Amino acid sequence: MSNRRFSSVLKLSILSVVLAFTGSVSADPVKAAFVYIGPTGDHGWTFAHDQGAKYVKEKMGDDVVITTVESVEENSDSERVITSLARKNDIIFTTSFGYMNPTVKVAKRYPDVKFEHATGYMLEDNLSVYSARFYEGRHVIGKIAGRMTKSNVIGYIASFPIPEVIRGINSAYLAAKSVNPDVSMKIVWVYTWYDPGKEADAANALIAQGADILMQHTDSTAPITVAEEKGIYAFGQASNMREWGPNAQLTGIIDDWGPYYLARVQAVKDGTWTSSDTFDGVKQGMVKFAPMNNNMPVDVKNEAMKAIIDLSMGAIHPFTGPINKQDGTPWLAEGETPPNFPDLLTMDFYVEGIDSKYPN
Amino acid sequence: MIENLLIEIFIGITIASAPLIFAAIGELLVERSGVLNLGVEGMMIVGALLGFVVISHTGNPYLAVLAALVAGMMIASIFAFLTQFLLTNQVATGLALTLFGLGFAAFAGRDYTEVTIDLIGPIHIPILSEIPYIGPSLFSLNPLIYLAFFMVYLVWWFLFKTKQGLILRAIGDNHDAAHAIGHNVVLYRFMAILFGGAMAGLGGAFLSLVQVPIWGEGMTAGRGWIALGLVVFASWQPFRIILGAVIFGGITVLQLHAQGFDIRISAQYLSMLPYLATIVILVSLRMRLKNKTNRTVPNCLGRIFHSTT
Repeated sequence: MSNRRFSSVLKLSILSVVLAFTGSVSADPVKAAFVYIGPTGDHGWTFAHDQGAKYVKEKMGDDVVITTVESVEENSDSERVITSLARKNDIIFTTSFGYMNPTVKVAKRYPDVKFEHATGYMLEDNLSVYSARFYEGRHVIGKIAGRMTKSNVIGYIASFPIPEVIRGINSAYLAAKSVNPDVSMKIVWVYTWYDPGKEADAANALIAQGADILMQHTDSTAPITVAEEKGIYAFGQASNMREWGPNAQLTGIIDDWGPYYLARVQAVKDGTWTSSDTFDGVKQGMVKFAPMNNNMPVDVKNEAMKAIIDLSMGAIHPFTGPINKQDGTPWLAEGETPPNFPDLLTMDFYVEGIDSKYPN
Repeated sequence: MIENLLIEIFIGITIASAPLIFAAIGELLVERSGVLNLGVEGMMIVGALLGFVVISHTGNPYLAVLAALVAGMMIASIFAFLTQFLLTNQVATGLALTLFGLGFAAFAGRDYTEVTIDLIGPIHIPILSEIPYIGPSLFSLNPLIYLAFFMVYLVWWFLFKTKQGLILRAIGDNHDAAHAIGHNVVLYRFMAILFGGAMAGLGGAFLSLVQVPIWGEGMTAGRGWIALGLVVFASWQPFRIILGAVIFGGITVLQLHAQGFDIRISAQYLSMLPYLATIVILVSLRMRLKNKTNRTVPNCLGRIFHSTT
C-alpha cells in the first residue's frame, strides 16, 4: 500500500470508530416546547406552567431540550409561533384555551410532531388535550369563603365566559352556599387573562360594591394586592400568591403540571405517546393547595382540609345533585354527578341561586 | 352607602384616566410642534419599570417619579435624534421604539416581578377635604392626579399664552416659514419630544406606583395607543384631553361597576364608543378646515423637516 492510501484508510478507520463510539453513548435529546399566554412573571397561570417545564428539565436533565415562548397572543400570531416551533420540536404544549384552532391547524400540517393543548377539547391523532379539575379547587375555597365572609358578598373577577371559568364560578358558589345559605356572588367579566391595571379596577369595583372576599380567574397578582391594601380576604390563583397578600390570602389553588408534563415528554422519548384526554384533579395531584393561612379559625381550616381529603379520595364531587340551572330547569337529580361530556366540558349556564345574568 | 359608592366610582375614574392624561398631554405638545410620536407606549412602559425599580430600592417616591421622567426622556431622546437629525420616517421610528421599549422593559424587569412596593397613596387637602361629598372625592386624590391636571394647565398656558408656545405652534403648522423667519425648528421639536417622553414615562409610572404595587411586563396594555387616539379626540386642545381621558378611561371603570349591578351593557360596544367618537371628530375636522380655528391638525404633522439653508 502507498503512504497516501495507508493514511486515508487510517483516518477513515479512526473516524468510524469515533463515530460509532459517540453514536452509542448519546441518544438525541427530546425537544419539548411550551407556548405561554402571559409572562412567567405573572406568578399565576403561566408561572405554574413554567414550573412544570422546569420540573421536566430537572428530572430529565440532558435528555430533554426545552424551549419556551412567553406572552403569545391568542390571535393569528399564535399560529405563526406554533408553526415555527413545530419545525424544530418533538412535542409542543400550548397552554391556553384560545390556542385551540391554531394548534389543530398546525397539528394537521405536522403529523410527526406531538401536540398537547391545555383546557381544550379538540383531539387529533397527534393532538392531546389536558386540563385540571380546577372546579375541585373552587369547591374548597368556596367553602372557606362562605364561612369567612361577613358581608355575604363574594366578589369574582372572571376573564372569558368559557366552560372552564363557568365551572369555577358554579362550583365556588355551590360550596359557599352549602355552608352559608345567605351568601351571594358578584361576578365581573374583564375579558382578559392578564392586565394588572384592569384586574385591580375590577377588584376595587367589587369591594366598593360590598364584596369582602375576592376570587379571580385572571392571571396576575393584582387583585390580591388590592385585597391586601383594603384589608379583605382573597385566594391565590394557579400559584401561591401569599407573598403579595400575606394577610389577605386564605389559601390558594395551585396547578401542578410537572408530573403530567414529565410523563408526556418521557412517553415521546420512549415512543409510547398516544393521543389522550386528561382531566385530573386533586386525586391525581394536579390540583394542589397553598398552605392554609393562620388568618382563619381552626374549624374553618379543618373543614377545608376535610374537603381536600375527601376530594383526594374521590369521596365527594363538587357537583352533586339536586342542582337546578339558573332558569329553574333541573340539571342533576338527588345524588347524581355529571358526566365529563357534555355537562362539565361544555358548561354554559349558571346554577340556580346566582343572581347575575349569564354573559353572552 | 350610595354616596360612598359614587365617590369610589369617581376616584376609580380618576385613577384610570391619569396615565392617559399624562401620556396624551405630552403627545399633544409633540404633535403641536409637528412631530408624530408613535413611541408613546414604549416610553410609558420604561417609565413604569424605572419608577418601580427606584422606589423598590430607595423607598423614595419623589426619586421614583423623577426616574420615570428620565426614563421616558431617554427613549424620547433616541426618537428625537433619529427623526430630527437623521431625518428618519417618524411613523416607523416611533413604532420601532414602542417595540424596543416594550421588549427592553420586559427584559430588564425580569427580576422585579416578585417585588411589591408601598403605593404612593392619596393626600387629603386640609379643610377642603372635609366638605361632604366633594371633599372625599375632589380634594383627597392622589398627588400625581393633581399633577396631571396641572400639566394640562401648564401646556395650555405655554401653547397659548407664551411667545415660545406661539412659535412652537407655528413650527407645527408651517416649519419652512418658521425656519425662514429664523426660528430653530429642530431645537423646539427636540425639546417638545423630550417633554412628551417625560410625560409618557410619568403616565407609565402612575400604573406601577399608584394603581398596582407590582411590575408585570406589558402592564401598560395598550394605554399608549389609547393616548394617541385621545390627542385626536381632543382636537389638539389641552383641556379636551381631560374630557377625553375621563371618557376613554372611565368607560372601563363604569362598565365594571355596571356589571356588579348586573346592568348588562355589552363590554365590546362600550369599548368601541370612544374610538367611534374619534372618527366622527376627525371627519368633522375635515369639514371645518376652512375656518380659523385651533381645532385642526397641525399642518406639518409627521412631515420631515429639511432645512434648506
